[in-house]
Amino acid sequence: MDDRQELNRNLAQMLKGGVIMDVTTPEQAKIAEAAGACAVMALERIPADIRAAGGVSRMSDPAMIKGIQAAVSIPVMAKCRIGHIAEARILEAIEIDYIDESEVLSPADDVRHIDKTKFAVPFVCGARDLGEALRRIGEGATMIRTKGEPGTGDVVQAVRHMRKMQSEIRRVVSLREDELYEAAKELAAPLDLVKYVHENGKLPVVNFAAGGVATPADAALMMELGAEGVFVGSGIFKSGDPAKRAAAIVQAVTNWQDSKLLAKLSENLGPAMVGINADEIETIMEERGK
Amino acid sequence: MKVGVLAVQGAFAEMEAYWRAQGAEVFEIRQRADLKNGMDMLALPGGESTVQGKLLNDLGLFAPLKERIDGGLAVFAVCAGLILLAEKIEDPGSRDATRPETWFGVLPVTVRRNAYGRQLGSFRTVGMFDGQPDVPMTFIRAPAITAVSPDVGVLSTFDGAPTAIRWRNITAFTWHPELN
Repeated sequence: MDDRQELNRNLAQMLKGGVIMDVTTPEQAKIAEAAGACAVMALERIPADIRAAGGVSRMSDPAMIKGIQAAVSIPVMAKCRIGHIAEARILEAIEIDYIDESEVLSPADDVRHIDKTKFAVPFVCGARDLGEALRRIGEGATMIRTKGEPGTGDVVQAVRHMRKMQSEIRRVVSLREDELYEAAKELAAPLDLVKYVHENGKLPVVNFAAGGVATPADAALMMELGAEGVFVGSGIFKSGDPAKRAAAIVQAVTNWQDSKLLAKLSENLGPAMVGINADEIETIMEERGK
Repeated sequence: MKVGVLAVQGAFAEMEAYWRAQGAEVFEIRQRADLKNGMDMLALPGGESTVQGKLLNDLGLFAPLKERIDGGLAVFAVCAGLILLAEKIEDPGSRDATRPETWFGVLPVTVRRNAYGRQLGSFRTVGMFDGQPDVPMTFIRAPAITAVSPDVGVLSTFDGAPTAIRWRNITAFTWHPELN
């Protein structure tokens, strides 16, 4: 593996145990940084609004992203459409710290993802299971997140994806070495990465939870299920008191095992985002890009 | 040796593995109750200094740790950990107005955050560390040490500037010995 890939995996390691927050303005970015976000995701519309607006959803205006880069000292991420090599090049040109090749935007290529090994800038990609995660890592992703069902405020998919991934990892660990070839075939994943999982019992890159995390309890749940950190999308700035909720989620990720503290953190946070039930919606974003 | 690793955010698992590999007994510090464990050394891992600093305060860890550091407890700090210890912090870009000027503020050095730029400026090199040649050094959105007091010992340099230092009870790095 070349140095760039390793350095990009290393940055994800520095984000662990942290919360990455979606922000749409420099002011929101500052609130997120002050509340303890370890990075922010700059985008014009948060997933709940993308879902509500419908239509084609694209990379954000670089001027808007640069405004957020200038507003905070923590890493800034931004989304490009699945398979949209040119959007990714533009984000690399403005020196984004991490690109999220994201199913939340309308896919530009309905078959292929970007060959991320051709970029110096790092990529995070969504995955619903182990095979999908290893395919993205094979393409050069240096960080993985669950796909959840963005913009719903419903954590059920993130739980499903994280549980499935962890259970498949445990299965791969339990196999005999000569069974890994068949496992790689079943998972539709590169053999060397399947071998890595067999030997190490984890993905070769950092694995975060994303999609539907709206409360400190949601964040603690995802940590319990094996996430190494969480993305919070619509959950913060669609809630009643964003700064307080953001700070509470940050503490919940650090001390997810301390239920007394979680109880305290969950008090008086004001209304959470209203949310929509994930099985009552028409546009299933998690199906985008396999 | 017993090492307490600050585990509020960042690459604390890597720091724990680094000290375990050297035969140390390791425990995590996530909240005040964890300090009941006695320790011979405090390890401050990489991560985001703004997050770690805020959590130190929110979780009531700041004062008891400061007291131990002032009392001469050995400290091993990398990257964000160095920023938490520095007496003076410079920000190349905008600075969160709600953030304190410094955190522990005990180490007589000036540290510039994100001194090599954004992630595209992250790099790896090899160099001399404490008389030992060819040590791999990984810099991730790293800070730089721009000034040191005369009694600070320099263990490694890059482009003429110190990248690892020793001062009294504290050893601190702008790069990540725990990643290689």
